[in-house]
Amino acid sequence: MPSALPLGDPAPSDGVLPSSAAAGSSNRDFGLYVHIPFCAVRCGYCDFNTYTAAELGGGASQANYAPTVQRELEFAAGALDRSGVTGRPLDTVFFGGGTPTLLPSGDLARVLTTARTLWGLRPGAEVTTEANPDSVTPASLEELAAAGFTRVSFGMQSAVPHVLAVLDRTHSPERVPLAVQWAREAGLKVSLDLIYGTPGEKLQDWSASLDAALSLEPDHLSAYALIIEEGTALARRIRRGQVPAVDDDDHADKYELAECALQAAGMSWYEVSNWARTDEDRCRHNLAYWKGHDWWGAGPGAHSHVGGTRWWNVKHPTAYAQRLEAGESPAAGRETLDDGARYVEDVLLRTRLAEGYPTADLNPAGRNAVAGLIADGLIEPREAFRGVVRLSNRGRLLADAVVRRLLPD
Amino acid sequence: MSPMARTAPVPAATDPAIIRNFCIIAHIDHGKSTLADRMLQLTGVVEQRDMKAQYLDRMDIERERGITIKSQAVRLPWELDGVSYALNMIDTPGHVDFTYEVSRSLAACEGAILLVDAAQGIEAQTLANLYLAMENDLTIIPVLNKIDLPAAQPEKYAAELANLIGGKPEDVLLVSGKTGVGVEALLDKIVSDLPAPVGDASAPARAMIFDSVYDTYRGVVTYVRVVDGHLSPRERIQMMSTRASHELLEIGVSSPEPTPSKGLGVGEVGYLITGVKDVRQSKVGDTVTNLAKPASSSLSGYADPKPMVFSGLYPLDGADYPVLRDALEKLMLNDAALVYEPETSAALGFGFRVGFLGLLHLEITRERLEREYNLSLISTAPNVEYEVTLEDKSVVHVTNPSEYPAGKIAEVREPMVSATILAPNEFVGTIMELCQGRRGVMGGMDYLSEDRVEIRYRLPLAEIVFDFFDMLKSRTRGYASLDWKADGDQVADLVKVDIMLQGEQVDAFSAITHRDKAYAYGVMMTGKLRELIPRQQFEVPIQAAIGARIIARENIRAIRKDVLAKCYGGDITRKRKLLEKQKEGKKRMKMVGRVEVPQEAFIAALSSDESKDKARK
Ligand SMILES: Nc1nc2c(ncn2[C@@H]2O[C@H](COP(=O)(O)OP(=O)(O)OP(=O)(O)O)[C@@H](O)[C@H]2O)c(=O)[nH]1
Ligand SMILES: C[S@@+](CC[C@H](N)C(=O)[O-])C[C@H]1O[C@@H](n2cnc3c(N)ncnc32)[C@H](O)[C@@H]1O
Ligand code: SF4
Ligand SMILES: [Mg+2]
Repeated sequence: MPSALPLGDPAPSDGVLPSSAAAGSSNRDFGLYVHIPFCAVRCGYCDFNTYTAAELGGGASQANYAPTVQRELEFAAGALDRSGVTGRPLDTVFFGGGTPTLLPSGDLARVLTTARTLWGLRPGAEVTTEANPDSVTPASLEELAAAGFTRVSFGMQSAVPHVLAVLDRTHSPERVPLAVQWAREAGLKVSLDLIYGTPGEKLQDWSASLDAALSLEPDHLSAYALIIEEGTALARRIRRGQVPAVDDDDHADKYELAECALQAAGMSWYEVSNWARTDEDRCRHNLAYWKGHDWWGAGPGAHSHVGGTRWWNVKHPTAYAQRLEAGESPAAGRETLDDGARYVEDVLLRTRLAEGYPTADLNPAGRNAVAGLIADGLIEPREAFRGVVRLSNRGRLLADAVVRRLLPD
Repeated sequence: MSPMARTAPVPAATDPAIIRNFCIIAHIDHGKSTLADRMLQLTGVVEQRDMKAQYLDRMDIERERGITIKSQAVRLPWELDGVSYALNMIDTPGHVDFTYEVSRSLAACEGAILLVDAAQGIEAQTLANLYLAMENDLTIIPVLNKIDLPAAQPEKYAAELANLIGGKPEDVLLVSGKTGVGVEALLDKIVSDLPAPVGDASAPARAMIFDSVYDTYRGVVTYVRVVDGHLSPRERIQMMSTRASHELLEIGVSSPEPTPSKGLGVGEVGYLITGVKDVRQSKVGDTVTNLAKPASSSLSGYADPKPMVFSGLYPLDGADYPVLRDALEKLMLNDAALVYEPETSAALGFGFRVGFLGLLHLEITRERLEREYNLSLISTAPNVEYEVTLEDKSVVHVTNPSEYPAGKIAEVREPMVSATILAPNEFVGTIMELCQGRRGVMGGMDYLSEDRVEIRYRLPLAEIVFDFFDMLKSRTRGYASLDWKADGDQVADLVKVDIMLQGEQVDAFSAITHRDKAYAYGVMMTGKLRELIPRQQFEVPIQAAIGARIIARENIRAIRKDVLAKCYGGDITRKRKLLEKQKEGKKRMKMVGRVEVPQEAFIAALSSDESKDKARK
């Protein structure tokens, strides 16, 4: 998660949720996100809530981290219970970071075991971890699979050395096929993250990265346009003119190239930046975010959502650990969405999905905008006739504009 | 050295013989308001701890820009040779746009302090204001200010001043408004040299209205100078032009806060409150008299200031039109120079065509409307007024390019000005080149001193009213000063240049220009708009045309990407906030056809490159 936290209402220290959050909970999917805020080095473009050992200065050590998170999970089970939220087995679990695989697999396994003990895992549950290609070994992946992980998402980013260098990545391109092979051998599904639009990346570079990724036949692929986040080292380097800025047209060209190559390789988009080989290969955990399901987010800076109440934890690992040690909720703030905000988020998130947004769920102002979106080639006409707002290829690149038009007031 | 007056003469019972009415006139920034500060302090009307620089510049805009916009009158006590006098001082603005404020103030005075910056010497508005003072038969006290400055050249400029008004250099007083040096001597000289007002105390009252200001709490406050007779609280007064009568709810003097008095007598300067809500009922230049004993003839007033520059003002949000209408109405209560009428624009919707005295006046009015009435406004390219004669001999007055008749034009006349430029003689060539480029015709040139010249030109108003002054300043390293006044009209070869976005004419950017300059305007405007209008979901051609002939074109390519690709994990709140921010940004756009044009584009496109962001001094 990005490092700046929203401003919200104060969150109670016992973690009890408003009664609106509990209503209807028995019918909703339930997921768990576990944030691991550690990385070996900080990449120049990244503003996620993550820390290198040097940045933490020895304070909250990586070794103590798993027990701390386990404590939050226990706290979570109690708080949900006290709030009257129906206890349900987990549909998805996602370990993200940071670099989760910087911790020993045994730590991740123990956390997963705690979750399973508290809530249980539904049969066929999706359990993912993010990983850097150079932070896994055949043994560590085997151990994860044995503990119940089903999926690993590698931060490949690019296959081109000069691009990886600008991104400050530590792994070499050759490491990725190996990591993928080991994951396969351990029985894990594989997803790859790519970044396009890095300063200095030529269209051929991007094409080569796509080819390299596709030759590994991933089950799932995310392609993100590089965002130059304020306050990052890369933003400073661009401002000083040390690396060239990248314009939106370059991003658009590369997005179109990605869609072409991925489609040709038999993958289909299901969200603006995400493609899967089959419907089963879609990342159900991410879909849960976009469809407004319930999930608990554990770890510093992690975000949670249950029945229209969102909250987020304190950002710094030390502050986070102190809260839990004191038996208090680690939440920094929260907000309970009113109907208007819920509607806005629903449109905002689901419009980005290939399954689209039902026109019947739009308010009158939103329905009014549909014809114009068809006329401008931003949504697919046939889908609209069927009652679904689905982005066209052009519309995917202009999705924010489409959303603004669907939410005119 | 005179002490501060021990007992101030009481208003309404002051013998005209101990009254001195004067104003401070000067070129902009020569230090009028600062000198006024010292007078407020020395005479004790403002306590030391309440003092702040340019005390009389009270409007936010005046303080921010460091210039005076409205004249302010203050009554000051001063003692000389054991006699207490009542001085009425009027601080005036120096900018050429507000010359009419100066001329109104002059009519309330017997004398004027002609202030000249001792490091700058005589400048164009020094001459203009001196001329106005002499026309009003005022006694002039020449004063050099800022003698504390290391760059001051008192001998040189004293000679220049003496030469100008006729007198000896030794008669020129040397002061510093900053340190206060010489200010007491100046106050003494005001008492000894300026004539006392004369009037008939027993005649029916005649008081000249020289300012009229709308105040939210007190209604209209009218500033008068009593010439004959006497005005008393609670009596009924009459406005001689309209014959309307009002009760005098309050009468008093400013010192410098409003202080009610038992009335005002011959020669006194003060204010009246009658409860009227509209300054037009209490018009500047009108004569106030007693209803019970009215005067038979009014004092000669002054001509209404004539608007020189016209611009359309439109609310960014069409729903704000009624707010803008009310705001203009209120502002007009305070600003007799403001004229307006409703107009509609194909591109901008409902708005007003407003007449101004100059570009600074436009800028300030716009800023006040935005600030005091919380409006977001678009102002269209400023225009002068053209007189177009059609082939059928009918005459149209055009203040808005969109009203420019198509075809069948027999003749177009444009307003002219006579301009006076003062500068060191090394710049004569540059200045002549600039004026010639602006279609000017030289009227003459005089040496003020060995190395400073006065150059006179007759120029089309349209050529000088926008960026001319900034050009003049930058080409003369800031040394030249300019003054101008209206001077008839002339036939000119003018054309209308239309600007089109996506083939749709946007009247806000159209202009009437000389035929030789149409191409340059078209290239400049299309180029600027290309920079200022963000990319849209479709391609936007920008064209400049004279009639059907395209003279310049640019193209804004369609935007291809408007989506954040990154997964924000579960931080949906941030995504929603981002959407709100994007939508906020869109609200600051004006829809022109289908094109979203940012408000800044209207402002920036209409100002010339050189004049952007610069203080107009
Ligand atoms: N050194 C010095 N600076 C002065 C003196 N008098 C005024 N100034 C400065 O000159 C600048 C202009 O002073 P103002 O008093 O605002 O001038 P003004 O003539 O009232 O200006 P307008 O009302 O805009 O025409 C300010 O920065 C003053 O501080 C002086 O005697 N000595
Ligand atoms: C939580 S991150 C990190 C996962 C893992 N630590 C790694 O870097 O391989 C998940 C993904 O977000 C993407 N990402 C991170 N910062 C980004 C940025 N500034 N712009 C676009 N994508 C970014 C990267 O593709 C990254 O793999
Ligand atoms: S390894 Fe991943 S999480 Fe860590 S700094 Fe790099 S991009 Fe960010
Ligand atoms: Mg002033």
